Amino acid sequence: MTKFVKGNEAVVIGALYAGAEGYFGYPITPASEVAHKAAEYFPATGRIFVQGESEDAVAYMLYGAAAAGCKALTATSGPGFSLMQEAISYMAATDIPTVIVDVMRAGPGLGNVYPEQADYNQVVKGGGHGSYRCIVLAPGNVQEMCDLTMLAFEKAFEYRTPAIVLSDGQLGQMMEPLRLPKAEMGPIDTTAWATQGTAETRRNLLTSIYLDAPAQERMNVKLQRKYAKMDKAFQMAECYLCDDADVVLMAYGSSSRNARTVVDTLRAEGVKVGLFRPITLSPFPIDALRPLAKKRLFTVEMSAGQFRDDVVLHLAREGLLPAEGVGLINRMGGMLIPVQDIIRAVKGAL
Amino acid sequence: MATLETKGMFDVFTRSGSENRITHYCAGCGHGIIHKLLSEAYVDLGLQDRTVIVNPIGCAVFGYYYWDVGGVSAGHGQAPSMATAISRLKDKAVVISYQGDGDLAAIGLGHTLQAAARGEHMAVFFVNNSIYGMTGGQMAPTTLIGQKTTTSPFGRNPATDGMPLHMAELINQLDLPVYIERVSVADTKRIMKARQAIRKALEIQRDRKGYTFVEILSPCPTSMRGTPLDAANFVIEKLEKEYPLGCLRDRTAEAEVRPEPATWVNLAKFFGDDGSEDPKCEAAEDKERRFKFTGFGGQGILSLGLVVADAARAMGLETTWLPSYGPEQRGGDAACTVVTSTRTIGAPAVENPEMLVVMNQAACAKHLKTVKPGGLALVDSTVVLPAELPKDVRIVQIPAIEIAMANGVPKAANVAILGGLIALDALSIPAHLLIEALERSFAKKPALIETNRKVLQAAMDYCRHHGLTGELP
Repeated sequence: MTKFVKGNEAVVIGALYAGAEGYFGYPITPASEVAHKAAEYFPATGRIFVQGESEDAVAYMLYGAAAAGCKALTATSGPGFSLMQEAISYMAATDIPTVIVDVMRAGPGLGNVYPEQADYNQVVKGGGHGSYRCIVLAPGNVQEMCDLTMLAFEKAFEYRTPAIVLSDGQLGQMMEPLRLPKAEMGPIDTTAWATQGTAETRRNLLTSIYLDAPAQERMNVKLQRKYAKMDKAFQMAECYLCDDADVVLMAYGSSSRNARTVVDTLRAEGVKVGLFRPITLSPFPIDALRPLAKKRLFTVEMSAGQFRDDVVLHLAREGLLPAEGVGLINRMGGMLIPVQDIIRAVKGAL
Repeated sequence: MATLETKGMFDVFTRSGSENRITHYCAGCGHGIIHKLLSEAYVDLGLQDRTVIVNPIGCAVFGYYYWDVGGVSAGHGQAPSMATAISRLKDKAVVISYQGDGDLAAIGLGHTLQAAARGEHMAVFFVNNSIYGMTGGQMAPTTLIGQKTTTSPFGRNPATDGMPLHMAELINQLDLPVYIERVSVADTKRIMKARQAIRKALEIQRDRKGYTFVEILSPCPTSMRGTPLDAANFVIEKLEKEYPLGCLRDRTAEAEVRPEPATWVNLAKFFGDDGSEDPKCEAAEDKERRFKFTGFGGQGILSLGLVVADAARAMGLETTWLPSYGPEQRGGDAACTVVTSTRTIGAPAVENPEMLVVMNQAACAKHLKTVKPGGLALVDSTVVLPAELPKDVRIVQIPAIEIAMANGVPKAANVAILGGLIALDALSIPAHLLIEALERSFAKKPALIETNRKVLQAAMDYCRHHGLTGELP
């Protein structure tokens, strides 16, 4: 069955089917509908909904839920995500899973409530204190808002690390048909590490303090090994008409939608252009990008070039950075990127 | 001596990396006593397996070296937030938030009060030694007037440092806490009283009766650079004057027992998912249509777009609907776009619509010029068209607002517009699908279906009488 829903509602539906036991929320536009729907659906299906007093409190509620081995989530936008960073660092350091949805708005500062993609660095690169990073998934449509929320739970618990669904105001607010998931994910046995107030979990301890520097370093090395394993095993990207393309647009989230329209429009004119859409931003899908490195590359993004800089970094690490670099087609401040502007930039490069 | 046996604690503190029972606490510190009272209580009450202690930032950060119960480390001031989640999700757990005064009353004050205001099922043990111990004896919210600390070297000055916070009294302003008491561990008599308070708090948790707050005045010889006896005397002579001992509230008898958690509901049943698949529109060639609906908030612009989108979806088309949102939805301009397509849709935002609905003057000025050549604009008759009209755009005006008013439903001007769109065949969606979608949109208010159908019909009749059809005049 399909339901015609906002991206923000699709997130809640995905979380329910993933078996989320609790939602801990704090309102912020343009993410608030996630809390609205969670307040409706979670209690109605026998689960927990709590409205916390702030985003930092909510993030620590997630930490508490994760410590109890439970699936829980929240959704927020840039300013709220900034406040959650401390708890996310704690959770990453403690090897425990959670899911946070960031529905990006324009910044910096108070900014406005229109879509931007300038949380890239603070979400993809760790953002809080210490050498950690999270799993980051970037949905491109309402269906993926649901499906990637489910996947976020699966991977967060597989790797025992926080997973972030990085979307934006447009994806959160727009409606599209959503195919409801076929099955509910079952519970996951967390008794080996969680602290649940039971005899079998009594000796479990969740902490991230190592007063001894060598022990703290060992813990860091272990974390980095986990990320390396993740990088190898879990990369996702969509390549749309890239094989024969002369120009490849690289975009995630809402920007990928505009880029796709550009590809369709220019292909109709015989221009060979393709779209590379990362679905995992962390791990970065370098395996899918590698074969495209010799083509003329542009990122299309609603930020000053945070995603472009990351693409440059990943290509450079592989020794594949093109001499002409990676182009940037962008808007900021809540402005969507006009399709005609992208077309002009692509034609200019040919 | 059997009395020295410490129940509920590890025999050897291996978690601290040591092979003995030497604690990390300073000589004369109250934490050791309180740790023992707590561990003895959860063992005696048969709660050891069920207990989870949220360890704070502060001197008790390493409480888990000693307590043989479930343990987790909190962020600074956030133990109540974490305890909230654990207690909500694991309702059989006995959840303890053990905090010092910097943690609980400074950085965590908001979270402390909010958890208490929510009446979370948790036992808060607040160790008040009037100082930040762990970080080196800085001033805390509980530091006494005139008390010298490393950040109040000339003594706490009310003019610059404010007055001490009385946490038990603050918590006592809230409705839901069940039990609030302030005790001290400065001497044996007081310790026995503290023992009772700690046990009572855990009994209330065992009986699932709600939030408890026990404030424990505790000596810190290191920070006051005195002997353990000096520190204990300071508690009795100074701290207890500012923070009087006693029970502030005991509502154990009347507190209600926490209800059992709800059972989970099958989601397919909840969402009414019968496993059916939506129809898929099998078109011979790719076709994408891009529409925009504009007016002001309250005219039903967004719901008009939704009806169109829902009809397109029922037709098996890929469909997106994108609203203007944020402050705009509260009284200002309103706009939404709908894209329907036989293939995957790219941008959901519409820069140049092939069909534009305009329901007020401001929207006309803003959007009429954006209509794609060859496109259509359906404009309410109250809007005065500009002198310069876009080229190669068919502009049709109908009195949608007037038709709605004449039928006694001023709010249904958007439905009159839909009638116009049907008459003009502006959407490439069969009329019956649009009408069904309109009726679905009133699923929660079925009484309104009839009057809205009347408005729809009136608008379609108007168009017929004026020769307004899909055919160009």
